[in-house]
Amino acid sequence: MATVLIGVDNSEASTRAVEFALERADAEDLQLVVAHVINWSPFSFNTNTENEERPARRKAEIAAADEQVIAPMVSLVEAAGRKASTQIRHGHPSETLIDIAEEVGASHIVVGRTGDSGLREAIFGSVVMKLVHVSPLPVTVVP
Amino acid sequence: MDALVNAFSKVSEILTSIVFFAPTIGGVQVPLIVVWLVVAGTFFTVWLGFMNLRGFKHAIDLVKGKYSDPDDAGDVTHFQALATAVSGTVGLGNIAGVAIAISLGGPGATLWMILAGFVGMSTKMAECTLGVQFRRESPDGTISGGPMFYLRDALALQGRGKLGRVLAACFAVCMIGGSLGGGNMFQSNQATAQIIEVTGGADGTLGSFGWLIGVIFAVLVGAVIIGGIKSIAKVTEKVVPFMAAVYVTACLLVILGNFSSIPAAAGDIISGAFTGPGIVGGAVGALLVGFQRAAFSNEAGLGSAAVAHSAVRTKEPATEGFVALLEPFIDTIVICTMTALTIVITGAWADPDASEIGGVKLTSRAFESVLPWFPVVLAVAVVMFAFSTMISWSYYGMKATAYLFGEGKKVENTFKIVFVIFTVIGAAAALGPVIDFSDSMIFAMGVFNIIGLYFLAKVIRTTISSYYSRIQSGEIKEFADR
Repeated sequence: MATVLIGVDNSEASTRAVEFALERADAEDLQLVVAHVINWSPFSFNTNTENEERPARRKAEIAAADEQVIAPMVSLVEAAGRKASTQIRHGHPSETLIDIAEEVGASHIVVGRTGDSGLREAIFGSVVMKLVHVSPLPVTVVP
Repeated sequence: MDALVNAFSKVSEILTSIVFFAPTIGGVQVPLIVVWLVVAGTFFTVWLGFMNLRGFKHAIDLVKGKYSDPDDAGDVTHFQALATAVSGTVGLGNIAGVAIAISLGGPGATLWMILAGFVGMSTKMAECTLGVQFRRESPDGTISGGPMFYLRDALALQGRGKLGRVLAACFAVCMIGGSLGGGNMFQSNQATAQIIEVTGGADGTLGSFGWLIGVIFAVLVGAVIIGGIKSIAKVTEKVVPFMAAVYVTACLLVILGNFSSIPAAAGDIISGAFTGPGIVGGAVGALLVGFQRAAFSNEAGLGSAAVAHSAVRTKEPATEGFVALLEPFIDTIVICTMTALTIVITGAWADPDASEIGGVKLTSRAFESVLPWFPVVLAVAVVMFAFSTMISWSYYGMKATAYLFGEGKKVENTFKIVFVIFTVIGAAAALGPVIDFSDSMIFAMGVFNIIGLYFLAKVIRTTISSYYSRIQSGEIKEFADR
């Protein structure tokens, strides 16, 4: 059974990406993995206080992502009568999504079109653009 | 304000005479504390089998993340712990301190500074390994460590509980003083001097408003540490590495701009190290000021870095020891040497008033001779470095206060308020008493910390060598190879 990785954040587009993947899953009997990457760099500069609090904040970030991002997507999947495994990681969004895809043996990545917005996207380009450029796997971008 | 400044000068004088007790040996005053630090560095360099050289490449690999478990992503990396520690140490010591060393000891002080940086790598490795090994994790997941904890807990394991508690308490008292002195007053003093200098000197627009600049600093520092306004700290964190890069680039420009003088300057540095044309008395004088300024700049043996490095995510305490040895390398062997070369190569150190103007002003003058617009950039750099150092040291002071008086908002806030008051005093007082007080308190930390390091030398060596042998045998592999 082929596996599809769905990269999500808490945008509307992510909901559409999950819905799209569910349609394909019905047609092709796919295994679903829902993943969210918390944007984080190992090379950032922090204050002592931030470092001290980091382990606790990391846990809180994962818990928040689980509750606010992953849980709504999983309930969509379950409402459609299917199951999905989940992943939450810290890292560079597009690179980490590719890492997860390789680890779970996905043959395909599905993402919603909008992730970042505004100035950040204007300067750095979006996560989705980068993913499309560097992914070794087929990527479906759901508008 | 005057009364406060006067009272401060008195206290500073007394402290200095104790910490910097300097018997005259062979016609030169030898501050024992400087000897103490350098002997410790030399001891640990030999004791750890020159790990500061042998482990250098491994340290770089750790910082690159080659040995970091991907499952730990999101936690404090080796790079982040190092960057935080470096931003606390890179600062005025690298700009003002070096200028003071060369104006007093002549160009030869540079060579001794580099040597002190080299042995300092070993002391730093020793203290930061212990820092991680004996850190504490509170139930809410926050991590704190430092000499207070390893002095108390590691010595207790050896059955020296009482000694450990005494050393830890004395250390904590000195770290509070160091935090208020070198980590705060010296910074605000020199940053203020630099702002006054670029706005037209003592007779300029801001000449008589030192205290006002101090108040502005105090408000900004207070906003970060009391008000918890993270955006100011965030901006500083982003700008400081950039300023450091600009600074080193400017040094290189000045050095390369005087390309033909490089051999002569190198000659001055090497021959000066053994003849000592400086005003403090021969080669020994050059050696002592060189060692002293290097120690003040890279803080090796003082114990402050052990606090900063303790937050790293690692299962092996020795890893952070390796990473920490890079700190004196970056701070002293790279950045201080750059400053020294700039001052020596431009000849600024030989100006008749060099030892009188000292500090940042001398460095500024050296730059000005090649890059006339640079003093303004330097002033911005000094202010940013000073600010980030103050934020780091306020944290060290707070940890020491919490150790002595217990964790709690009341204790924390009292310390923070005292801290910002000292920011203002630092800006208003003259350089002399400020630098004496700063040096005394910061160096006094080294007395208690290093006594502990000697007692714990076996523990340190066991931790480091058992880890390093597992690296060499391939038992611990890079993550890409697992």
